[in-house]
Amino acid sequence: MSLNHHLRHAEAASPEAIPDQQPREPQPRGAKVHGNHPVDHDEAAARFIAAPHHEHMHDSRLWDLRQQRDAQMHGIEEWEELREHASRVKSHTLANLGDYLEQFTAAAQANGVHVHWARDAAEHNQIVHSIMSDHGARSLIKSKSMLTEECGFREYMAGVGIEVIETDLGERIQQLDDEPPSHIVVPATHKLRTDVAQVFARTLGTDPNNSEVHYLAEQQREKTRPLILQADVGMTGANFAIAENGAIAVCTNEGNADLSANVPPLHIASIGIEKIIPRVADLGVFIRLLSRSALGSPITQYTSHFRGPRPGAEMHFVMVDNGRSERLGDETFWSSLKCIRCSACMNTCPVFRRSGGLSYGATYSGPIGLILDPTMNRRKYSKLPYASTLNGSCTNVCPVKINIHEQIFEWRKVMASEHQPAVAERAMMKAAGVVLSNPRAYRAAVAGADRALRVLPQFAVDIPLNPWATPGRETPQAPRETFHEWYRRTDGGRIDTELPASGEDGSGTEEDQG
Amino acid sequence: MRVALMVPCYADALEPETGIATLQLLRRLGIDVDYPVDQTCCSQPMVNAGFHEDAKATQAHFVDTFAGYDYIVAPSNSCVRNVRENLTAVEQTDRTREVRSRIVELVEFLHDVLQVEDFPWAEFPHKVTYHDSCSSIRFLKSSSMSELREEPYSKPLALLSRVRGIEIEQTKRPDECCGFGGTFSVLEPATSVKMGQDKVADHSSTGATHVVSGDGSCTMHLNSCARRLGLPMKFLHIAQVLNGDRG
Amino acid sequence: MSAREEIMAAVRANQPAGDFPLPETVVFPMDERGNRTEFFLHNLGVMGGSELYVVDGLESAVQSAFPDAAVIASAVPELQGNRDLSTVAEQADLHDVDVAVVRAVLAVGETGSVLLADSDIVVNSLVYLAQHLVVLVDPDDIVPGLQDAYLSPEFQQHAYLAFHSGPSATADIEGVLIHGAQGVRTLQVALIPRS
Repeated sequence: MSLNHHLRHAEAASPEAIPDQQPREPQPRGAKVHGNHPVDHDEAAARFIAAPHHEHMHDSRLWDLRQQRDAQMHGIEEWEELREHASRVKSHTLANLGDYLEQFTAAAQANGVHVHWARDAAEHNQIVHSIMSDHGARSLIKSKSMLTEECGFREYMAGVGIEVIETDLGERIQQLDDEPPSHIVVPATHKLRTDVAQVFARTLGTDPNNSEVHYLAEQQREKTRPLILQADVGMTGANFAIAENGAIAVCTNEGNADLSANVPPLHIASIGIEKIIPRVADLGVFIRLLSRSALGSPITQYTSHFRGPRPGAEMHFVMVDNGRSERLGDETFWSSLKCIRCSACMNTCPVFRRSGGLSYGATYSGPIGLILDPTMNRRKYSKLPYASTLNGSCTNVCPVKINIHEQIFEWRKVMASEHQPAVAERAMMKAAGVVLSNPRAYRAAVAGADRALRVLPQFAVDIPLNPWATPGRETPQAPRETFHEWYRRTDGGRIDTELPASGEDGSGTEEDQG
Repeated sequence: MRVALMVPCYADALEPETGIATLQLLRRLGIDVDYPVDQTCCSQPMVNAGFHEDAKATQAHFVDTFAGYDYIVAPSNSCVRNVRENLTAVEQTDRTREVRSRIVELVEFLHDVLQVEDFPWAEFPHKVTYHDSCSSIRFLKSSSMSELREEPYSKPLALLSRVRGIEIEQTKRPDECCGFGGTFSVLEPATSVKMGQDKVADHSSTGATHVVSGDGSCTMHLNSCARRLGLPMKFLHIAQVLNGDRG
Repeated sequence: MSAREEIMAAVRANQPAGDFPLPETVVFPMDERGNRTEFFLHNLGVMGGSELYVVDGLESAVQSAFPDAAVIASAVPELQGNRDLSTVAEQADLHDVDVAVVRAVLAVGETGSVLLADSDIVVNSLVYLAQHLVVLVDPDDIVPGLQDAYLSPEFQQHAYLAFHSGPSATADIEGVLIHGAQGVRTLQVALIPRS
């Protein structure tokens, strides 16, 4: 049948293709991760920005999602009330999480579901492995789940010789390219179609010179279908777990969660313990918000509710903690557990859009990543809270009203008080604190405006070179005199003198700044 | 009415014309403004980087300098935001709370407190874009934000629209961050510069010759990016335009 | 302590203290622009679905929409089809279905969604493995919004229930929208009252 190449609905606007580049612009890779060494977001961001076709496509694509989200928002008069309701439901549930977990698991068991509990990632992986071993299962298909990413599930299963096949197109691309997802909803959004053509040619044997998107998607469908039909186990995550009836709700656009859960005889769902909501009726609010916030679509193509196994099949829920119960006790950061993984904060984040998700070197990237990742590894992610301008856009798009930018700011305080920023930065801050609290020392420091440039504004941190002198930005030109000097000289402007020229002939030339 | 002028440290050193214009404008409006000469900084550099303890002495000095005024007027959204939200390292005495509640940003002061209807001395015969900062939009709420479902409004544009001859153009992404972000511009220069360059390109594509803003730190960064890109745009503080600077 | 006991103990010890009441569920009214069925069909189109016009009976409508279909599996009494769903042994056996025909429990005006229940689709995989899906909707079964839909008792009655809003779709490569990512390539709704 004929395919309409410029559809416009749901999650996409079918933009015109960026013409293939000759020579092809190589795909920039993510942050260099070395054990627990602090991830350098800026270094990876610089490489992403240095690939202009990738950066431009990424920024435009995600900004388009943000604008479609806005259009959906304007179509719903009660939008802000829905956000408030969702936020309150989540707060309430987290404050009573013990009771709701009991209610959920009792209901699930009554529905014939096997419920397992995993303290951490390793335990989660072992539980899934042992369920498979008990059934003599060798192959597993799964739909996208950030929780399984968090658990390093694919790597673990590869180690025990079990083949895991991702069924979401974006996630499958990332799996075949041996990269983690760069975005929690659109995992391969940092790739150009030509990158995908290369990956598929290498791994699936497709035509390396055909980067037509319909061709690529169709190839993946055709090559994945037999794997789905033969799989022993299907795995999904859960967007919501409903205490009232023990069901989980899973949202996808491809229907791949439904294929994963419905075709094999065994369905395993990995569920973070924070995913609980009290009532089925609450789904009405959350589902109205989720896809609209994420992709600017009124709803995902599929919103599926799994309450129990079908006749002759088995259903297992693995309830995963992995640091969540500890985070729940953190007075400042517990509300980050309200996150419904919609990605609105990532799509709106000007830093994320410019730098790409893999530059964060972590499971969760963008604004929500900045506040989740340090709870998992404080040293490794100690620089991430600085990968933000604290502009606050994230907080205002969040459908559950997490104060994301405030938590990023609070994490900076934690990092500073725990001596995470480099020693030189600390020393500089201490020095700045002394100079700025003493008018005489301050006046001496900024006397002669060109000297001020050495103190302001890079006094934020001590770096050896003038931070303004990056390749894309000129050093500000210093005026002839400071405001303070002008005020003194003119008695606050009461003595009529000519205003000093502002910079053009200035004493602060670029050569001076070196 | 006892009114103090707070001149942000970067404006003091690098953009004195902002302080001068603010002072002159307030005087034109009949305000006898006091400039406490011992003022230094609002503590934002340390606070923004997370160094709460190191901000304490600067905050204490800020409170000492500005206590006792009815209004502390500052031509900077980010400084006002910092004093209101984050002057928390210093002890929260009555004086501290008073200073935090009495600081007011210039646009707020003109629009909400003085409710200025006219700037008869002001004429700006140019096509301009307004750079509204994140602190102005999302923290002081001086303009509506595109993230929320709310009626559009803008205090700075309401003021600028009273200037004769001015032609205000709209950018494509009016409330996208410019990428300065204080500490961010230093620790994340690659992304900071890219955001700044995208922002000036957006301003430039409107055909505007001047970018007007209430936040000199944003425009200092944007100006640096524009010069590197060879864009001939001029950057002015809103105080200058309202004070009668003709660009 | 078992993992369950340990996690539950940590959760209970760490639950934030404070007053966090559960808000009442408020169902906001939906502006259906005067005609619920049209509202539904419009939003179905937004999600990439379409209406199957039935003039001369369902069978002829399906035949003319899918003239090349070799395998038609019907879960509705209105259409015979040529694959008997009651004898399907494995879910995967339905991999060769060209067109599946099922009836929706209800439909949602706000999102153009149809709600499919395990008992009505007979074999769960049917509505995903088929290449094309035809869903019968009784106009009386259309509710205004998602919030109304979630008040339905069906959610307490089925092991499996899924909203389908248009066909399977993806935009994972450069935002280009593709129908038929993994599941059905098209979804069409026939407005046929329950008999």
